[in-house]
Amino acid sequence: MADLTTEFLGIKSPNPFWLASAPPTDKEYNVRRAFEAGWGGVVWKTLGEEGPPVVNVNGPRYGAIFGADRRLLGLNNIELITDRPLEVNLEEITRVKKDYPDHAIIVSLMVPCEEQAWKDILPKVEATGADGIELNFGCPHGMAERGMGSAVGQVPEYIQMVTEWCKKYYSKPVIVKLTPNITDIRQPARAAKNGGADAVSLINTINSIVSVDLDIMAPNPTIGDKGTHGGYCGPAVKPIAMNMVAEIARDPETHGLPISAIGGVTTWRDAAEFISLGAGNVQVCTAAMTYGFKVVEEMISGLSQWMDEKGHSSIADFMGQAVPNVTDWQYLNLNYVAKAVISQDDCIKCGRCFAACEDTSHQAIEMSADRVFTVKDDECVACNLCVNVCPVEDCITLEQVAPGQLDERTGDVVSEDYANWTTHPNNPSATAAE
Amino acid sequence: MASSHQASGVVAGRLPSQKIAENFGDLHPAYTVHEASVAADRCYFCYDAPCMAACPTSIDIPQFIREIQTGNPEAAARSILKQNILGGMCARVCPTETLCEEVCVRETAEGKPVEIGRLQRYATDTLMAKEGHPFSRAASTGKRIAVVGAGPAGLAAAHRLAMLGHEVVIHEVKDKSGGLNEFGIAAYKSTNDFAAREVDWLMQIGGISTVHGKGLGGGLTLEGLKADFDAVFLSIGLAGVNALRAPGEDKNGARDAVEFISELRQASDLSKLAVARNVVVIGGGMTAVDAAVQSKLLGAENVTIAYRRGQEAMGASRFEQDLATSKGVKLMFNVMPVAVHGDGAASEIELEYTKIEDGRVSGTGETFRLAAEQVFKAIGQNLEGQPEGLALEGRKIKVDDAGRTSVSGVWAGGDCASGGEDLTVTAVAEGRDSAIDIHSSLMG
Repeated sequence: MADLTTEFLGIKSPNPFWLASAPPTDKEYNVRRAFEAGWGGVVWKTLGEEGPPVVNVNGPRYGAIFGADRRLLGLNNIELITDRPLEVNLEEITRVKKDYPDHAIIVSLMVPCEEQAWKDILPKVEATGADGIELNFGCPHGMAERGMGSAVGQVPEYIQMVTEWCKKYYSKPVIVKLTPNITDIRQPARAAKNGGADAVSLINTINSIVSVDLDIMAPNPTIGDKGTHGGYCGPAVKPIAMNMVAEIARDPETHGLPISAIGGVTTWRDAAEFISLGAGNVQVCTAAMTYGFKVVEEMISGLSQWMDEKGHSSIADFMGQAVPNVTDWQYLNLNYVAKAVISQDDCIKCGRCFAACEDTSHQAIEMSADRVFTVKDDECVACNLCVNVCPVEDCITLEQVAPGQLDERTGDVVSEDYANWTTHPNNPSATAAE
Repeated sequence: MASSHQASGVVAGRLPSQKIAENFGDLHPAYTVHEASVAADRCYFCYDAPCMAACPTSIDIPQFIREIQTGNPEAAARSILKQNILGGMCARVCPTETLCEEVCVRETAEGKPVEIGRLQRYATDTLMAKEGHPFSRAASTGKRIAVVGAGPAGLAAAHRLAMLGHEVVIHEVKDKSGGLNEFGIAAYKSTNDFAAREVDWLMQIGGISTVHGKGLGGGLTLEGLKADFDAVFLSIGLAGVNALRAPGEDKNGARDAVEFISELRQASDLSKLAVARNVVVIGGGMTAVDAAVQSKLLGAENVTIAYRRGQEAMGASRFEQDLATSKGVKLMFNVMPVAVHGDGAASEIELEYTKIEDGRVSGTGETFRLAAEQVFKAIGQNLEGQPEGLALEGRKIKVDDAGRTSVSGVWAGGDCASGGEDLTVTAVAEGRDSAIDIHSSLMG
């Protein structure tokens, strides 16, 4: 049985599944129940500075988009940081940490971009015994209008500055949580590293309008007759998050910087994918908010099963294994040739591959009068669209045309040599192949 | 005081009224909004969809299901009704298991098709519950067309003709319109007087009037109609019922299944409808199943369907067969009637085992008897009362693909005409297509 125990920044947790800073981790009651349910750690919902707490709207805070059968695919929220007094949160954190010494508790923080504010709060957080802090430089709604959250995360200089303050006034690990609402995730990651961050976590939510109420002509969630942009998360954002994690993992300037991955983790497979792209653990929110704390059981059993099958005895065994295989387009092998192959035994004859290929791709699928669908190798560019639209998994596959075989589309024999765009004759900046 | 299963003879009230009402409730209850949404999500939106090809009225099924998926059942209903104005009834009575749902790719993939019929009902019920009629008439053409028979084919033809701007007079010999939708078909497939409500809704298009009480040979002649109207569409159904040709078939209690079903459909109180303790239905089609199942639902103790060929040759679909057995009807195959016995009234039926050689049925000589105070004959209907001068094909009025008969200016469709299965949906398609051809012919 694989060992899921994770050590991230020296912080041990029974498994790599942490609950992200969000409503599920807003108070002692939830966090105790989460640990009992099997979660390895939590990032406590973001604390603000001392004084009257922030207030939330009293109307709807969430909006969602759905897939078939009303499966929640994306969730957006306009909730702010904790609206409970700082002291209450700190007392609760202290109590819970004492009772769960083997579980990770990280405290998320968001105070104004002034050194004094951080200097004031950090000793109080240190006194709770929590394992580390996470700087919320990500929330795109509400707090950003007050110069916090993503307003900081969008300015690398601020990230570095605040990170430096935190390293100065706090002795334990500092994780910087990044906003995806930027153009190049490497810049804020580099700034965090330069500020001395022990790790980055990403992604925070994506700015979004999740839907429009066409009766009252206002975005959802609607408060009275108005709505605002909110933070988008859930399964729909996972591809965006994975790319950003991979960008940081393979950037020479940040390579090796520990990453806590966040963004649509719903199953064990999602977690395994993030970890393969360099994450040391994952944080989960929407899956728990959709299905309850119990979902972690499947994540644990699924990841263990897969690790056993693959012969991985620990998370570290496969962490970052996919990073070397993430490259730039220009380095992809243009001599790799594949063709779609339709398994007639598995085909249910829905014709979606035909519609997709005929209407929107390369007219490379033949449809017979009795609905037999076959690939025309002399037209197929192996775009994979048919594979993606086929409702039957593995019914259509892309098979490599082995070197030495004829590519019927180009009339050329497939070369066994690797050749990419950098050396391609059509590239005006091509450099001669060595 | 209610009788019971065991009460002898042919009596009413074998079950309490409430139990009978439950028994005759909707066979497939209507979807709720949520159920419809879950069911619609299963559709793959196939290219050149097999379901659409299997539908005699060529309803664009992926399109209407997608309209349901996107929260627009009214648009879905219009997509259905523009092809099939009786889409509401067809959603209830179509043997979808041998049409659209049989070829659904999810049937191939999972053995569980998208429930197209129930989705169609959800869409059409939603639209029909709203005020008004979804179609409007084209400018008047000044042409008048006679439709004979207010069954599915006649109604579909009349509606399409009215829509195209013609004036239509339907002649219906019975005092109610609807044809087999009203007088045939099991009651649990058309609850809450749906057939009549659908006719009323259809007539809202305007331009159609109905004259009840006269039929061909009974006050009307084809020559007269031809003289009075610009075109004639015949949808007179099959009024005759095939005889058993077995001694005793005229005894009390031995009767036509269609007559029993019609009486049942028109009964205001089913607990007052008499049924025998022992019922035997002769035949293997949908009418046989409808008669047998309804007898059982009325409280008959023993109901048997006796069919002269094997199960695989039965006209009723496997779904219908399973429905019958689930209600406690016994299916007997390879048996044929020899005689109905009884002193005045039927009390037993004598059946003979059969063998099939080169497709022909013959008796083996071995016979047996079943108690049967009622014997329902459901071995098919035949054309009766058709006007002179029309060419026949087989035993039906010969028509071409456009519904034209051998007589100029006369079209025919539905069960009385050659071509297609004897189904409501086929009749609708034929009525509609004849209407379109009549329109082209008249408007040049």
